[in-house]
Amino acid sequence: MEKFTSHTGTGLPLRRSNIDTDQIIPAVYLKRVSRTGFEDGLFAAWRQDPQFVLNLPQYKLATILITGPDFGTGSSREHAVWALQDYGFKVVIGSRFGDIFSNNSGNAGLLLAKVSHEDVEQLWKIVENHPETEITVDLEARSITASDGFTTSFTIDDYTRWRLLEGLDNIGLTLRAEDKIAAYEANRPSYKPTTIPVQTGS
Amino acid sequence: MTTAKTLSEKLWDAHTVTSDENNDLLYIDLHLVHEVTSPQAFDGLRQAGRPVRRPDLTLLTEDHNIPTVDVDKPIADPVSRTQVETLRKNAEEFGLRIHKLGDLDQGIVHIIGPQLGLTQPGTTVVCGDSHTSTHGAFGALAFGIGTSEVEHVLATQTLPQRKPKTMAVNVNGDLPAGVTAKDVVLALIAKVGTGGGQGYVAEYRGSVIEGLSMEARMTICNMSIEWGAKAGIIAPDETTFEYLKGRPHAPQGADWDAAVEYWKTLRTDEGATFDVEVDLDAAELSPFVTWGTNPGQGVPLSASVPDPETFFDESSRTAAEKALEYMDLKAGTPMREIAVDTIFLGSCTNGRIEDLRAAADVIKGRKIADSVRMLVVPGSARVRLQAESEGLDVVFKEAGAEWRGAGCSMCLGMNPDQLAPGERSASTSNRNFEGRQGKGGRTHLVSPVVAAATAVTGTLTAPADLPDAG
Ligand code: SF4
Repeated sequence: MEKFTSHTGTGLPLRRSNIDTDQIIPAVYLKRVSRTGFEDGLFAAWRQDPQFVLNLPQYKLATILITGPDFGTGSSREHAVWALQDYGFKVVIGSRFGDIFSNNSGNAGLLLAKVSHEDVEQLWKIVENHPETEITVDLEARSITASDGFTTSFTIDDYTRWRLLEGLDNIGLTLRAEDKIAAYEANRPSYKPTTIPVQTGS
Repeated sequence: MTTAKTLSEKLWDAHTVTSDENNDLLYIDLHLVHEVTSPQAFDGLRQAGRPVRRPDLTLLTEDHNIPTVDVDKPIADPVSRTQVETLRKNAEEFGLRIHKLGDLDQGIVHIIGPQLGLTQPGTTVVCGDSHTSTHGAFGALAFGIGTSEVEHVLATQTLPQRKPKTMAVNVNGDLPAGVTAKDVVLALIAKVGTGGGQGYVAEYRGSVIEGLSMEARMTICNMSIEWGAKAGIIAPDETTFEYLKGRPHAPQGADWDAAVEYWKTLRTDEGATFDVEVDLDAAELSPFVTWGTNPGQGVPLSASVPDPETFFDESSRTAAEKALEYMDLKAGTPMREIAVDTIFLGSCTNGRIEDLRAAADVIKGRKIADSVRMLVVPGSARVRLQAESEGLDVVFKEAGAEWRGAGCSMCLGMNPDQLAPGERSASTSNRNFEGRQGKGGRTHLVSPVVAAATAVTGTLTAPADLPDAG
């Protein structure tokens, strides 16, 4: 995973709430077995509308998605995170995110910057009036600053922040505690199930 | 003095391998895997040269991409076929148990875990699928994960997690006749909203829950994710033990006794407090259906499509307007007058034997309306066999419904069973999101008995509304 310290780019206002991961990337786009190339599925149904904000020329180069509450609810598909990243987004700013989507973002290196909904409204207005406004999201300082002077702080849990800053792979970190995992396993009661095949009849 | 704990806290603590100020490292007892969310995880293992740590705690099956007819022929869609074949190759390479299409134990991942007796009280269960919450019905701590986490569990059999908050959902009172577990959970979601459970493990409690069968409990836990909960859980009891006894992977002999003794301790302690409690009065419930594009947008079947103007806050109002536009519905239309084209009976929410029996009971001796098609899709190959041995397939076929093979089918637009653009369905699945059942498709979530009655009349209907209902 690449280290993330700070990102500067322009914002895209997505004025919707309750965006489930089926909307972020519909199921038909999940069939690929590779880890890349999911950008074509991003908001695929909505993108057919030429007026959908992703299709507006002034937001073509945006790298910061500013969204309404409850973004990323529903299905566990990490493809939703990959689609956002493959399309070019580095940060999603919003007031509330789905649980699994949050974990997936942290694991894949997409920064979710949590702010109040009032801040979201402010940022929407800023990028709607001036799409070219540069926004800096600084993970070290946990701050969002717009070139017009707007500034606010965002929340992110310490662990995810640290991992993003260091670009650390979770698995490697966990395996440092390998001896503890082995010790736990050694005490697992015999009545706990395993998937070793048993005769299941016919 | 030991502190009183809730059930989910007990399970959490019992599975904590290490902890620091940020996270607990949770041990995972059972990892279920399907074809859609796993290919990139196996790729990650390969690239890092890591094996699967515990093949004996891992189980693979094929469900999302597969067709439910002509299952003996190669999968027609080449991309779906590749994904299924990739799962098979990964099973082979990493030495993992897999139930392929055509196998007796193949089926929807959340149906086969319980059916095999692998889902047990006191275990932790994860799967790269949000409806893993289903398994909580057994008093297991079960939740959905993303692909990076799938890779993490494959490599380490653990997951770093932040401890969730706890919530009690108390369902007391007498459930009126004709009201099912599906109605309970749809009414709950309408009450608390789709984000109401975010950050919580919800324990469903109360006399109504205690009186439910395992199938019905699974229906409720299944939809925990639809109101944002990390997991749903129900304390195990005699109903649970009875369901498990004799299943292929249930403990046997002395192990059974030891297990039951442990399982009986899996209750929320007297005096333990939940961070939040929600109460639902069963007596006020009635058959429930959705009108919008998220599972929280539901009303009693006897009500009408709501007017967006009646919503207090702006974002609910806008969401309702958008939903009505997508659903092509007018405010004020009685729900009972909405005509549907397709009925889907199946999915991990309502594709178990009890669901099929309940629907067959309604449909028996009747015909489905000429204007509709009805797909009946058992959740697993064994559910299908069981239903056939009871003659349920004949009931459905004689009524004019299609009897299919096991899989996710029309729950999601990933396999050949899809709604056409503009088509409207009454579906026993769990998500009415835009395009979920096929691009442009419109979904009304319903219980199995409402699905069956709707098939008979062609408009949203409860069994009690049928003319010659006894
Ligand atoms: S039946 Fe539907 S919700 Fe359940 S696992 Fe399959 S696609 Fe997911």
